[in-house]
Amino acid sequence: MKSLNTLAGAMLASTLFAGSALAQTELTMWYHGAGSESEMALVNAMLDEFNASQSDWKVVITTFPQIAYNDSVVAAALAGTLPDIIDIDGPILPNWAWAGYIQPLAIDETLIANYLPGPKGVWDDKLYGIGMWDAAVSLVTRQSYLDELGLRTPTLDEPWTGEEFQAALDAAKNSGKFEYALDLGMAWNGEWFPYAFSPFLQSFGGDMIDRSTYLTAEGVLNGEAGIAFGNWWQSLFTGGYAQATQDPADRDSGFANGKYAFSWNGNWAALGALAAFDDVVFLPAPDFGNGPTIGAASWQLSISSTSQHPEGANAFINFALNPDNLARFSKGLGLIPATAEAAALTENYQPGGPLEVFYELSNRQGLLRPVTPGYPVMAKVFEKALADIANGANVEETLDAAVDEIDADIEANGGYGFK
Amino acid sequence: MSSKFLQSNRTGWLMAGPAVILIAGFLIMPFFFAIGLSFTNQRLISPNPTEFVGLANYRDLLGLATISLEPLRDDAGAVLMKDGEPEYPALRSFTRNNPDYPHLDGTREWFSFDRGEGRTYVLARDVVFMKAIVNTFIFVLIVAPVQAGLALGLALLINQRLRGINLFRAIYFMPVVVSIVVVSLLWSFIYDGQSGLLNNLLGAVSFGMIPALDWLGNPSTALGAIIAMSIWQAVGFHMVIWLSGLQTISPTLYEAGSIEGASKWQTFRYITWPGLRNTAVLILIVITMQAFGLFSQIDVMTQGGPLDSTQTIVFQAVERGYGKQDISGGSAISVILFVIVLSISLIQRWLTRERT
Repeated sequence: MKSLNTLAGAMLASTLFAGSALAQTELTMWYHGAGSESEMALVNAMLDEFNASQSDWKVVITTFPQIAYNDSVVAAALAGTLPDIIDIDGPILPNWAWAGYIQPLAIDETLIANYLPGPKGVWDDKLYGIGMWDAAVSLVTRQSYLDELGLRTPTLDEPWTGEEFQAALDAAKNSGKFEYALDLGMAWNGEWFPYAFSPFLQSFGGDMIDRSTYLTAEGVLNGEAGIAFGNWWQSLFTGGYAQATQDPADRDSGFANGKYAFSWNGNWAALGALAAFDDVVFLPAPDFGNGPTIGAASWQLSISSTSQHPEGANAFINFALNPDNLARFSKGLGLIPATAEAAALTENYQPGGPLEVFYELSNRQGLLRPVTPGYPVMAKVFEKALADIANGANVEETLDAAVDEIDADIEANGGYGFK
Repeated sequence: MSSKFLQSNRTGWLMAGPAVILIAGFLIMPFFFAIGLSFTNQRLISPNPTEFVGLANYRDLLGLATISLEPLRDDAGAVLMKDGEPEYPALRSFTRNNPDYPHLDGTREWFSFDRGEGRTYVLARDVVFMKAIVNTFIFVLIVAPVQAGLALGLALLINQRLRGINLFRAIYFMPVVVSIVVVSLLWSFIYDGQSGLLNNLLGAVSFGMIPALDWLGNPSTALGAIIAMSIWQAVGFHMVIWLSGLQTISPTLYEAGSIEGASKWQTFRYITWPGLRNTAVLILIVITMQAFGLFSQIDVMTQGGPLDSTQTIVFQAVERGYGKQDISGGSAISVILFVIVLSISLIQRWLTRERT
């Protein structure tokens, strides 16, 4: 009898122990960074820190390669098996919010009061996602190139005009020093096209869609400004300033090897450029008449609509937004910290730092890609149109076809809630 | 007796069961789903309810129209010329928001031909899909005979008793075992426009006479490059099937042939080829079906570009269904593909039927 009691006591004790270890409720999280070691090291460190910092929640992460991530989330959403926390690429957020995959965040407003505009994922006036960083694109070149070619150094207050940009490309081409004047990154297909090139279209005065109604692209993508942009875009390739198909290796190392005078590239590649030359400068986007713009918004944290523990997920996101954490991601990955406070904590983005310019670029030139659930389709159509024009397709016909496709998709989706 | 029958039947079902369930779940059900969905406006992601839309998806894909235009004339009635060709009014003015031509709204030029004084334009609602159909047919028409012929040649070569023949069989079969995605990636390096193996090889052989070509980046070579690579990749598989056919031919026939003094050609023509009849039918049908399913190479190597020169039916189905979140459109394409493949298979069966 006594031994039985002991046994029962031991069992009870062990259950209690197990119970206390399980007192933290598990939250599941999906992340797109599988295969990127430095990024995952930072994410895992953040999770460990959060899990140790309180006793209510324990975040468990599953990672996916970026290329398969969106499909996995969509499949899980259709099957009703989404995790509590997901990360999400900024321009897709309206699509997923509209489809009901994610729910509005309930986070501390003071944390994001001084945020850059890009990392805030707003749809329908509600905050659905929040990013720990933003990304920005700039025209990378060397001060010595500018001096040799006799070009004015453009500034944020006074960027190059379209003519000045054209003159710079001509000067670089005629110098005969470079294989191509401009490296646009044609080797990167997918989201790079709308992210990096639609700002040129917007600077011309066009857009991927009429943002006053979000119901049609007619007259905006294929209007006068759109066609002017298309002709300019085609002239880059027919004029021999840039290549329509690019070797991925050239994208990675062409600028460092002196093949290109200018490289249109993101801040994530800035550290590599700085390592290659000591006089690298990051120039703002040229102004083609309607103001200089670059794409804004990067990956953001969000909470699935099926989460059983939104309060835990919100606690985690609150935790992730502290300036030290933002600064750590920026240091590790070269990304732009989402607040000036966090920027001050980093070597690269603090005032006077080598990448400081990107913070201001993001702040002053950043323009969100069209905030509509129709964006993923629009982005595909836009990418194909630009690739076709680069390969010599008729500009007007191609843009007309793109408009028809975008409009047909909006129509088939009942206006995506804008009607 | 009957119990024994039932028992063996039960065993049979047990053995077939897993395959039947899997095929029903992953082939037959999706097939009927696709037919059903192609008549709706089902999206991949959408809070909107699905609606029945009848044949709208098929109309959007297959809609064709023609318009005949007269060349522009000046006041005196002479035909205006531009770059040495008669100038025609812009099609755009007919196909966009022109109340006089509502049936042309949203169509694009597919191709045009001159007829007498004027020019006739064939317009399509979905030019990309039309190009995809044409490309797929070109692919099938080239791949089916060339791949089958090469495979037969290889099979005849390795159907000999030679020392180390197994080594050759393994080498020819190797590309089949490697994943098509890996093969496609490797070949995109081979076809690379600047430092690719093929350009280097051609340059070396011709002492630099042949200029470097961007094989996959050039609309006139991209489809050809993919055809060549696809033939190479799967030729080993069909070689093995030919080989199995060759080995079913009785050696006594060859003995008799050699006693009668038949030449090599006569041996092939009157003994080997008739003996391979059924194998040939099988290979032709299998290659045709596989070729219609062309997708992975396109997805990895060109994404349908440049200028739609490598669009294919299956690539369009996936691009539409998942890329553009239009499940109903993707389903309609699958159904169209099914009808095409079914009719071609039936025609092939009829052409190669046993004539008595």
